[in-house]
Amino acid sequence: MSDLNSKIPSGPIAEKWSNHKAKIKVVSPANKRKLDVIVVGTGLAGASAAASLAELGYNVTAFCYQDSPRRAHSIAAQGGINAAKNYQNDNDSVYRLFYDTIKGGDYRAREANVHRLAEVSPNIIDQCVAQGVPFAREYGGTLSNRSFGGVLVSRTFYARGQTGQQLLLGAYSALNRQINEGTVKMHTRHEMMDVVVVDGKARGIIARDMVTGEVKRFGAHAVVLATGGYGNVFFLSTNAMGCNASASWVAYKKGAYFANPCYVQIHPTCIPVHGSQQSKLTLMSESLRNDGRVWVPRKKEDAAKLRKGEIKPNDIVDEDRDFYLERRYPSYGNLVPRDVASRAAKERCDAGFGVNKEGMAVFLDFKYAIQRLGRDTIAKRYGNLFQMYEKITDVDPYKEPMQIYPAIHYTMGGTWVDYNLMTSIPGLYSLGEANFSDHGANRLGASALMQGLADGYFVLPYTIGDYLGGEIMVPKINTNLPEFEAAEKAVVGRLEKLFNIKGKTPVDHFHKKLGTILWDHVGMSRNEAGLKTAIEEIQKLRKAFYSDLLVPGELKNVNPELEKAGRVADFLELGELLARDALNRNESCGGHFREESATEEGEAKRDDDNFAYVAAWEFRGVDEAPVLHKEELTFETIQLTQRSYK
Amino acid sequence: MADIILNKIYVKVWRQNSPKAKGGFETYQVENVSQGTSFLEMIDILNDKLILEGKDPIAFDHDCREGICGMCSMYINGHAHGPDTEVTTCQLHMRKFHEGQTIVVEPWRAAAFPVIKDVMVDRTAFEKIQQAGGYVSVNTGGVPDGNVILIGQDDAEEAMDAAACIGCGACVATCKNSSAMLFVAAKVSQFAKLPQGKIEAKKRAKAMVAKMDELGFGGCTNTGGCELACPKSISIAHIARLNREYLSAKLAD
Amino acid sequence: MSSFMSASIGRKLLMSITGLFLISFLCIHLTLNLFLTFDDSGNLFNLAAHFMATNPLIKIMEPVLAVGFVVHIIWSAWITLENMRARPQKYAYGDQLLSWWAPAKNMFILGAMVLVFLVIHLVNFWIKMKFTGDPLLTSVNVGGVEMHNAYALVSNLFMNPLYNVLYMIGGILVGLHISHGFWSAFQTIGFSNQIWLKRLKFLAVAIGVVFAAGFAYIPIYFMIKF
Repeated sequence: MSDLNSKIPSGPIAEKWSNHKAKIKVVSPANKRKLDVIVVGTGLAGASAAASLAELGYNVTAFCYQDSPRRAHSIAAQGGINAAKNYQNDNDSVYRLFYDTIKGGDYRAREANVHRLAEVSPNIIDQCVAQGVPFAREYGGTLSNRSFGGVLVSRTFYARGQTGQQLLLGAYSALNRQINEGTVKMHTRHEMMDVVVVDGKARGIIARDMVTGEVKRFGAHAVVLATGGYGNVFFLSTNAMGCNASASWVAYKKGAYFANPCYVQIHPTCIPVHGSQQSKLTLMSESLRNDGRVWVPRKKEDAAKLRKGEIKPNDIVDEDRDFYLERRYPSYGNLVPRDVASRAAKERCDAGFGVNKEGMAVFLDFKYAIQRLGRDTIAKRYGNLFQMYEKITDVDPYKEPMQIYPAIHYTMGGTWVDYNLMTSIPGLYSLGEANFSDHGANRLGASALMQGLADGYFVLPYTIGDYLGGEIMVPKINTNLPEFEAAEKAVVGRLEKLFNIKGKTPVDHFHKKLGTILWDHVGMSRNEAGLKTAIEEIQKLRKAFYSDLLVPGELKNVNPELEKAGRVADFLELGELLARDALNRNESCGGHFREESATEEGEAKRDDDNFAYVAAWEFRGVDEAPVLHKEELTFETIQLTQRSYK
Repeated sequence: MADIILNKIYVKVWRQNSPKAKGGFETYQVENVSQGTSFLEMIDILNDKLILEGKDPIAFDHDCREGICGMCSMYINGHAHGPDTEVTTCQLHMRKFHEGQTIVVEPWRAAAFPVIKDVMVDRTAFEKIQQAGGYVSVNTGGVPDGNVILIGQDDAEEAMDAAACIGCGACVATCKNSSAMLFVAAKVSQFAKLPQGKIEAKKRAKAMVAKMDELGFGGCTNTGGCELACPKSISIAHIARLNREYLSAKLAD
Repeated sequence: MSSFMSASIGRKLLMSITGLFLISFLCIHLTLNLFLTFDDSGNLFNLAAHFMATNPLIKIMEPVLAVGFVVHIIWSAWITLENMRARPQKYAYGDQLLSWWAPAKNMFILGAMVLVFLVIHLVNFWIKMKFTGDPLLTSVNVGGVEMHNAYALVSNLFMNPLYNVLYMIGGILVGLHISHGFWSAFQTIGFSNQIWLKRLKFLAVAIGVVFAAGFAYIPIYFMIKF
C-alpha cells in the first residue's frame, strides 16, 4: 500500500476531473481579495498560473531570476504543442492523446493526471488563439497541424519553429495585463532562496535581489513553484544557463518529497559537443525527423576516415549507409520516441560508428527530402533551424548532412504532487516541469508546453481553491514571524558560507566535474556498479566543493558566481539523489535504461511487478540516506504492455 | 568544422561596478580560443581567468544561449550583438574575429537602459511598455474554439514576423536616437494584423507609444539601423503600421 | 492636440508633412530654374518669374511656404535635441551598420547645410528681387508686359565659378536630404508596408538624384555655354 495520498478521485477515468471539480471548495470573490499567492518562475506554467489566479481575484506576487518574465526557458521550445482537437479528422481524441502519453511515458505516469491533461488540451489552444498567438494557418484560415515522434496522428499546433516563444509571450501578455491592473506584483532578477513553513504550511519565501544582493522576505497564503526542471545538473544540456533546481531543492529539504529523479529525457537531435570549452548544447527540433534520415556509415573504416576528416559524408554511397532507425524500427522509423532514438545513436557511436572527431555524432540527412520535395519546401519548413545550425557549426545542412548527438533536455522527475498539484507540504504547489506528474518515464514531443499551460491555466486555478477555501480566516502573513527570521538567517548564513570558503577553484569547474560524473554513469545507460561509483564520486566532489570553492566579487552586488555557487551546491546534492533513484529502480523504462534490464535485442525491459510505482524521496539530511515512499501506479483503463515501435 | 585556434586576442570591455559608479574600459588578453567557440564562451574563458587571478569577472546578461530568450546584449565592435547578421551575441562565433584583434565590448547605451554592472543593463523600460498595452484583454476560459476565428495564412505569417521579437533591445542600442519604435511596432503590428487584437488596437497603440515617450527613448527618424541589427530581422514596415495605427487612433480622439 | 504634436510620432508627422510640402515647392523651383537652360534670351525664365511674383495663389502660398520652412527647421532641431538626450553616453566604437555618410544618419547635418545654402540663396536672389533691388535687375518687356529682368541677375551669378560650385554642392545636399526624407515622410504618415517600403525607397533615391542632377545641371550649362 502506498503511504502517499495522491487524492485521485474515484469514478471512471473520463469523469474523474469533472467530479473532482464539482466537489472541491470554491473561494468567494470577496475572500479571494484577501488571499495572497506567491508564484515563483514565469515560464509557461508560472506565467499562466500567475495571470489566471490574478484574474480570479487573488493577490499574486510573482518572481523570476531573469530580467523579464518573457525570458523563462519555455521560450526555447521549438516544435509545437499537442492538443486533442482532431481538426485533421484523423481519428484523434482525448482518449488517444491520453493513451499515447501513457504509452510514450512507458506506463510510469498517473492515469488520472494524464487524462485530465488530455481533456484540457483543446482549451489551451482556444485560450492561446484568443490571446493572439500567431499559430500557423492553412490557406482557408483554419489552424494547421504537424506530426511528432511517438504518435500516429497530426495533433501538434505550431508557430514556425518558435512555438514555445509564442505561447510564452501569450502567457506573458496575460501576466502583463494583470501587472498593469495591479493584481500581480512582479519581481524580476530575484532568486528564491528558501520556502518558509509555518505550522506545517507553506507561508512564504525568502528571495535574493540579484541586483543589490539584498535578502528579502515575502509572505503569502500559498506558494506555487513553477521553476522548471533540473537538467542542468548535467552541466551540458539544452537548458538555459540559469536554469536550476534550487527552488524545488529547498522545498525538498523543507519536507516536500522529490519523485522519480532518475527520469531524465535525453533528446536525440542536438548539435554535438565541440571541444572542451562548450557551455551548453543546442537542440535541433524533433520536427526535423519528419523529413531527415538518420544514418552512420555501414563500414567502420568509413567512420574512421570521417573522424580523421579524410572523407566527406557525401563521399559515402547510399549502399554504405546504415539507416539504423529505419532498420531497427520499420514502422516508426526515424520518428521513434526520443528515448529510443537517443539510445540507438549511442549504441552506434559506442560500437565505433560515430562520425565527428570525438566519435560522438550521427548524421541527420536532408538529401533525400530535398530530392523528393525540393529545396524550397525544405527551406520553408526548416529554414530557421538550418540557419541556426549553419551559424553554430559553419556547415550548410542543405549540402552536407547535419551532425547530431543526444543531449540532456528535460526532466520528467520533480517535486511530488497530488492530483491537486500540491506537494507534500500543505500550501506548496508545483507546476510544469518542476513537478513529476504527467510524463512518466519519458515525455513525448510537444507535450511539455501542453502540460505547463494546462497546469497554469486550467488545473491550479481550480485546485488551489480547495486549499485556500480553508484559509480565508487567516490574516495577511506576518513576515516578522520567527520562522521567517530563521529562514532569512539561514539563507544569509549559507551565502556567507559559500562566499567565505575562498578556495582556489571557480564554481564552473565543480559543475563540469559533476556533469561528467553524471553523464558517464547516470546518463543514457546505467548499471549498478556505475551508479555506486557516481554516488561516491559526487560525495567526494561535494566535500571538495565546500573546501576549495572560490567565489569572487561582493555579497551585496550583482554576483553571477555567487548565484551559480548556490545552484551548484544544490545540484551536488540532487545529483546524488538522481543516482540513488536510478540505483533503486532496477528496471528499464523510458528515459531510464538499466543495462541489467534489457531484452536480447538491447531494448528497454520494464519490470511492472516490482517497479510500477512512483519513487518519492524524503529528505533526512545532506549526508544521510533519503527515505523512499512508494506511490503505487494503478492502471484501470490501459493495459500494460511492453512498448514497441518496431 | 574548421578548428582554427586564435592564439591571442584582446578584449577591451566596459567595466562599471554599479549603476552609479564611474565606468571605464579595461583591456584583457585571451589565449587559445577555438574559432568554433561562441563569443559568450570566450567571455566565460576570460572570466575563469579573471577569477583565478583574483579579479572580478565581467558581469553580462545571458541565459538560453540559443538566440531566443533575448537576455544577452553587448555592443561589440560597433555592432549590437556583434559583427554577424541575424544572430544574438550568444550565437556569435569566434570565426568572425581574427588573430590579434582587439574586440571592443560595450553595454547597450541608452538613457532608458541604465547600466547595472559592467555590460549588464536594466531593460525594465521594455517591461513597462508591454504592461501598458501589449496584450489582448481576455481572461482565462470562456473563449471560442480556435477555429472560430479564421485568419488568412498571409496575415498569420505577417503577425508571426512581428511576434518573433525577442525583446533584446538591439534596436534601441543601434538606433542613433535610442528609439524603441521597432520594439513597440512589433507588438502593435502583431495584434493589428489579427482579428483578436483589432478590438483594442487604438487604445493599445496610444498607450504603448505614450509609455515609450515617457520612459526616455528617443524618437524614430527612420534611419533603419534597427532592422539591420535585429537578430530576428523584423522589418521597419511594422513601424509604418504602428504610425498608421497611432495616427488613426489620435485622429479619432 | 498639443500633446499629440509633442509626442514622438506627432513631432515626426509634422516633419514629414512639411517635408513633403517643401519637396513639392522644390519641384516647381527646379522646373522654373531649368527654364534658364531652355531659352538663352531669358524670356521664358522672366515670364515664369513674373508669373510667380504676380499670381495671387502663389502670393498666398509664399507665407505658407515660409511657415513650412520655419516649422521644418525648428521641429528638426527640437527632435534632434530630444534624441541626443536619449543617449547621454555615446559609444566608444560607434555604429558600423550604416556608413558614416548615410543620409539617414545625417539628416540634421544635411538639413543644416541646406539651410546655410538657402540663406546665401535668399540673399543673392530673393531679397534683391523682392526688396533691395540690384543694378542688374533692370526692367524688360516680354510679350508686351513689363517685368524684372530676373534672367540677367541670375545668369550673371552663374558666371561666377565659385558660386557655381557652391550651387552644385547645394543641389547635391538637397538631393541627399530628399533621398531619405521622401520615403521617410511616407513611412511616418503610415503609408508604407513590406512592398511599398522598397518602392518608396527606390523612388526617394530617384527623386534625390533628379534634384541633385537638375540643380547641378544649371551651373554646368552656364559654364559650358558661356
